[in-house]
Amino acid sequence: MQELLGLPVQASAHAAEIDQMIVILHWLMLALFVGWGIFFVYTLIRFRASANPKADYQGVKSHVSTYLEVAVALVEAVILVAFAIPAWTTRVNAFPPEDGATVVHLIAKQFAWHSVYAGPDGRFGRRDASLITPANEIGLDRSDPNGADDIYTINQLNLPVDTPVIVYLSSMDVIHSFAINSMRVKQDAIPGIETPVWFEPTMEGDFQINCSQLCGLGHYRMRGAVTVMNAGNFQNFLDEETARLAAD
Amino acid sequence: MENVTTAEQVSHAEHGHDEHHELSFLQSYVFSLDHKVIGIQYAITAMLFLLLGFTLMMIMRWQLAFPYTPIPVIGGLLGQNNAQFIAPEFYNSLGAMHGTIMVFLGVVPLAVGGFGNYVLPLQIGAPDMAFPRLNMASYWTFFCGGVVMFASFFVPGGAANSGWTSYAPLSVIATEGQTWWLVGMIFLITSSLLGSVNFIVTTLQLRAPGLSFMRLPFFVWAQLVTSFLLLLAFPPLEAAGVMQLMDRVADTSFFMPAGLVTGDGPLEISGGGSPLLWQHLFWFLAHPEVYVLILPAMGIVAEVLANNTRKPLWGYRVLVASVIFLGFMSFIVWAHHMFMTGMGTTMSSFFQTTTMIISVPSVVILSALLISLYGGSIRYPVPMLFALAFLPMFAIGGLTGLPLGLTAPDLHFHDTYYVIGHFHYVVAPGTIFALFAGIYYWYPKATGRVMSELLGKIHFWGSFIAIQFVFTPMFITGLAGMNRRLYDGGLEYAHLQEVVGWNATMSYGAWTLGFFQIFFIFNFFWSIRNGKKVDDNPWKATTLEWQAPSPPPHGNFTSPPEVHRGPYEYSVPGADKDFTMQGEADPAKA
Repeated sequence: MQELLGLPVQASAHAAEIDQMIVILHWLMLALFVGWGIFFVYTLIRFRASANPKADYQGVKSHVSTYLEVAVALVEAVILVAFAIPAWTTRVNAFPPEDGATVVHLIAKQFAWHSVYAGPDGRFGRRDASLITPANEIGLDRSDPNGADDIYTINQLNLPVDTPVIVYLSSMDVIHSFAINSMRVKQDAIPGIETPVWFEPTMEGDFQINCSQLCGLGHYRMRGAVTVMNAGNFQNFLDEETARLAAD
Repeated sequence: MENVTTAEQVSHAEHGHDEHHELSFLQSYVFSLDHKVIGIQYAITAMLFLLLGFTLMMIMRWQLAFPYTPIPVIGGLLGQNNAQFIAPEFYNSLGAMHGTIMVFLGVVPLAVGGFGNYVLPLQIGAPDMAFPRLNMASYWTFFCGGVVMFASFFVPGGAANSGWTSYAPLSVIATEGQTWWLVGMIFLITSSLLGSVNFIVTTLQLRAPGLSFMRLPFFVWAQLVTSFLLLLAFPPLEAAGVMQLMDRVADTSFFMPAGLVTGDGPLEISGGGSPLLWQHLFWFLAHPEVYVLILPAMGIVAEVLANNTRKPLWGYRVLVASVIFLGFMSFIVWAHHMFMTGMGTTMSSFFQTTTMIISVPSVVILSALLISLYGGSIRYPVPMLFALAFLPMFAIGGLTGLPLGLTAPDLHFHDTYYVIGHFHYVVAPGTIFALFAGIYYWYPKATGRVMSELLGKIHFWGSFIAIQFVFTPMFITGLAGMNRRLYDGGLEYAHLQEVVGWNATMSYGAWTLGFFQIFFIFNFFWSIRNGKKVDDNPWKATTLEWQAPSPPPHGNFTSPPEVHRGPYEYSVPGADKDFTMQGEADPAKA
């Protein structure tokens, strides 16, 4: 069923759990649809006017349908309580500790994804709208001691594999939505609200951020690259960027 | 009770006496107070808008199927700066207006304004609606809304381009078209409010003697519940529309937080508002609105099914209870459209639970309609074909709602084509097919003639097959993660390379679907003069509208109807024919 549905690769730790639920639900949908379909086609043929000239005033007398409806409600209840609610709780409540995770501030702005890493000091500097220039689109304050070493990339999110990632998501203008389909990650970026998102990439390679909420005429091209690399390469990336900032 | 007296006085004064003196052309056909004329006005206007909304989509589908290639014939008209294809901002306008037009100017006015107005008073044996002038005001307010929406295409920057959902802040900083959209929406909402009050009062007060609630045709129940939904859900959106309008023109900040910075620099606004407030107010209407679309359709399907199976609906009481329960529940599921806004466990659990609960009455209704077929003596005229097609199509639309109603699977599906496929199966081959069933079914009542059976069958089979090619591939691309509202159809998405080819399939499906509507349009007008003449009750149906002459005169009935039994007394054991009309006197008592 997984392959039949053609879901994208599972590039994060929680992707399999999401997909399992999608598969179970599609089995349920298929069973109901085929069941209804067989009954439907059978009645249309069996009770056509030429085969059954006199209709039965009473029709179906059994209560099988009631049991079936109760069964459907029960299955839905089980999926809801046993799968859906716990899975969501893990997504929004069970955040990993920050010191063992990669922490990124991801800022959406028409039509690009700006990512900021804290740098060697582990602290994020302040951002200020008054500092915004074409070269500094999100107003990073480099004069802030915490911000001097902050690593900043546009449309390129580098992440280490097999390590939890915590993204603090925000938007500077309109509502965007941060989605990495291959990692089953999706969260609206809403101006005025900073929303944390966490996930754990489990597969090295190149993936994509696709804006999933209509954000203007450039919505279709608001993409960012996601590169998942091993811990060594990720450290190299951080070191190179730190060295470059120091050289500036 | 004063209202009733007034209504009856108006009806009698205006309509009863109408037969005795000539009305001017304007009074009879333009500013008419007759529910049948208003119903037809609503239906024709709505069908024109359906055609317009569909045309917008057929244009969009060219860009999706063949991105950046010149559109044949009309490319020069639609492109900007000498390009022969559409620009991204125009694509967004087309998308926003397709949704707005289809929902607010097409399906709802046809289902409620058209069928509700024409059929409901006839089915309850009333001479007219309770408030004929309010009814006329409702149509003309709707018409003004339509004119404003249509005119907005020609203002600088084009029509609204922030989606039919108009999420702030995007909509607040959008081009002028959005202001027109908001003004248009305020007209349309006002129109619906005027209409819904009228339907409720008419149903409660003007039923014929003997027509108790449990003898009402299911269509009337569906319209009654729909009217309550409109009456209770639309006011918050009307308020929200005015608030967004003020955000745009009077520099308020209901939906605008502080500190926004766009490409033009920091926005000069007071701030302090919430973008999510708009979403809550919008979806508080827009979810019940889904049931406003589907309930009248279910009502039509129930009428046509009972008539063509020649047996009573199975589980009439359960159907009525389910439709009322659906109506109540539809008010507390709205936030499932907002699962990705950052919702915690408590709130998401509540809305997931209510969403699962609302699926139960939907399953019950669908099951009851299916079971109604069993034991019937089924005829297959064109209205029945459309009504039958509704059942599996609504099933697909409903079932695919399940993964969307749970937050975890919604992580993958939110804002993908899976959602588009889901709600289009409910609305297009679902509701719109039911509306076609209704048009073919009640056409002889309005004109005294039936539409061509052959053209109807070509229309049905062509549409039914073509429409699958439009919407089934949406599940495939949606499962692969194709987002909606993409100007290039996801052409440059890394993970979509294997499925973007389906875009062309869907487009060919849409254009073929458009082609088969020509048979309907021709049939609709041709049959007015050339259709086969039939008597007042060509389908041998039981409900009161078939007791009136075709077309019904002012005041509707030649003698005031009286009701003696339930709505679907088909194939009653021991009866001399296979249908016993609601208005027939009981031979035993006579």
